[in-house]
Amino acid sequence: METKLVNLKINGIPVTVPEGTTILQAARQAHVEIPTLCFLKDVNRMGSCRMCVVEATGARGLVAACVYPVAEGMEVRTNTDKCRQSRKMTLELILSKHKKKCLSCERNHSCELQRLSLGYSVDEDRFKGEDFVLPLDCSTPYLIRDNDKCINCMRCVAACRKQGINAIGPIGRGFNLHIGCAFDRALAESPCVGCGQCVVDCPVGALYEQSNIDDVWKALSDTSKKVVFITAPSVRATLGEAFDMPIGTNVEGKMVAAIRRFNPAAVFNMDVTADLTIMEEASELINRIKTNKPMPMFTSCCPAWVKFVEQTFPELIPNLSTCKSPQQMFGALLKSYWCEKNGIDPKSLYVVSVIPCTAKKYERGREEMLGDVDAAITTRELARMIKTAGIKFTELPDEEFDNPFSTATGAGAIFGATGGVMEAALRTAAHMMDGNFEVLDFFAVRGSNPIKEATYLVAGHTIRVAVASGLDNARKICKSILSGEKQYDFVEIMSCPGGCVNGGGQPTLPDSVRNSVELKEARAKALYACDNGNSYRRSADSPTMDIIYNDYLGFPNSHKAHEILHTSYKDKRTI
Amino acid sequence: MEHHSAFHGTAEQEAKLRAVIEESRSVPGCLMHILQEAQGIYGYLPIEVQKIVAEGLDISLSEVYGVVTFYSQFSLNPKGKHRISICLGTACYVKGSDKILEELEKQLNIKCGECTPDGLFSIDSCRCVGACGLAPVMMIDDEVYGKLKPDMVKGILEKYKEEK
Repeated sequence: METKLVNLKINGIPVTVPEGTTILQAARQAHVEIPTLCFLKDVNRMGSCRMCVVEATGARGLVAACVYPVAEGMEVRTNTDKCRQSRKMTLELILSKHKKKCLSCERNHSCELQRLSLGYSVDEDRFKGEDFVLPLDCSTPYLIRDNDKCINCMRCVAACRKQGINAIGPIGRGFNLHIGCAFDRALAESPCVGCGQCVVDCPVGALYEQSNIDDVWKALSDTSKKVVFITAPSVRATLGEAFDMPIGTNVEGKMVAAIRRFNPAAVFNMDVTADLTIMEEASELINRIKTNKPMPMFTSCCPAWVKFVEQTFPELIPNLSTCKSPQQMFGALLKSYWCEKNGIDPKSLYVVSVIPCTAKKYERGREEMLGDVDAAITTRELARMIKTAGIKFTELPDEEFDNPFSTATGAGAIFGATGGVMEAALRTAAHMMDGNFEVLDFFAVRGSNPIKEATYLVAGHTIRVAVASGLDNARKICKSILSGEKQYDFVEIMSCPGGCVNGGGQPTLPDSVRNSVELKEARAKALYACDNGNSYRRSADSPTMDIIYNDYLGFPNSHKAHEILHTSYKDKRTI
Repeated sequence: MEHHSAFHGTAEQEAKLRAVIEESRSVPGCLMHILQEAQGIYGYLPIEVQKIVAEGLDISLSEVYGVVTFYSQFSLNPKGKHRISICLGTACYVKGSDKILEELEKQLNIKCGECTPDGLFSIDSCRCVGACGLAPVMMIDDEVYGKLKPDMVKGILEKYKEEK
């Protein structure tokens, strides 16, 4: 059936769009930007904040462009006195209740409310609202909720709902409305898994990570400490955004150069332990296939997913791979192998991981693995450190990671995108099972579709795989496995939609960008380019793996490898 | 806010609630109906009851709590043997019903919306009972008390304490 087209004018500019298009979408075709606040593409669309109000013929009063559909012959005016006055008043009312501590705010200079307030020349003290003091929620090791800065836009609630977690929601009504967990309990007592999607979707400074920047600066200035940085695969694909570089720019060389300006003992490539994870996980998979141990096997590199299984589907804990994540493997390897080899006291080693994730801060502190990694900082925190240190990021030369943990394969790099771990594992597992298996590209598991399935025939075994990103999709997969509706052998889950490139620790971008760019795809492209350009594409082919196994671990899943690189999980059922 | 009184739900009450959930869970928007029924069964909606509802509908506790706190008809606290309802409608308010409420809270040492630890009294506010000529007005169970002054509160409460 052909979609009916509608002709209308936006500020006098004629546009033709499919029926059902909103004024906001149509305006983009006329190259007109309508301000938004509660609206966020793919996440929240409820027309409640009234920032996007416009005049439209046929409508009574101002209408919310984000939800109002276009009509034939409609004339829309987006920049009239009436629109501007209404938006200004809306902003002033929001500000009457907003804690205006902008100077020290996490989102100073990247706040949507600040950006709009400047544009509409608001008087932030025009209305003196009742002081609404709510306690800061610092109960988790990964994020902080400051309700006094919250503007009740509901974007965090929508993000949490999209994940199927619903840890937070609106409480009360009218002036007392606020966002919180059931019974106003602390976030740590809720089903929150720490994915941080609420943080990247918050337009203001009401949600931000538990910062470890000060801990890292302190360690760097402590002469008794040897500080080592390890950077996760996806950080190279997003860090540039914090320095106004185009989305999807691979800034690996500049990132290494910038960190090196902090004078750490070394900067290592976490793609190396992504490869190591694959060596261990692929061997574990083959072992499970042969011994028919709990199948399917689930990937375990995403800490929010692991926490989700422990809390929601503890009966599936035996299905989680026992492999630690690349972050934890690296920390453990540095404090054992690297320290022994270089005569360093592990107590003096301070491992800083740079990750795209808020949940990694929680993973670092898990009792099973405490001590592997000393601090985990997000891409955003690294960007802030670089700015504070006065490093001109864009002018830096490209530098390389330090040896012996510099060379990694393309399989390690694609860990940062949904389907990447699956593809990386398949490359190595298939080759381990059948030495003649030469396929390196597993296209069916790529792309940002929420659930992907494929079947491969390797050495007489049929391997049924599934890849999902976003926890609501993970829940669907878990339920279909438990009900017996689906049978898989290997399942990759990433909590954040699109995988780590869209992680909760990644740079926040202005709404005007978020609402017009396919962010996940643009960022993932940089990682697949990295993979394509790499001469090693199978983890097992990495010369660094040869060194680590020959020198120290022996072989994948050896006793020593188990001791250092594997972990266990616990039933953490909550409601 | 979280209630602190102990929960005394019986197995019969729970079975009744589970039956209601089972009966209506496939109906879109059934949460409101189930909560109304639950409040009918228990008299209020403490965390224990909300958990049964959340579990039964496979939704999060936060969603249930959001709805419970949105509608003033739902109560998080048990109601007393004697339910005091103080009118804060316009006529009563201008005649000083806020002072009556203050006195009630002081005498019973609880806040509006709460129940005394002995379960004898609970205080709620309402909007107009249709007796504006008697403002300020409060109701205790089905009894209407009009033309109130703060110093009358203590004596009225005594009457109910004695009949215990």
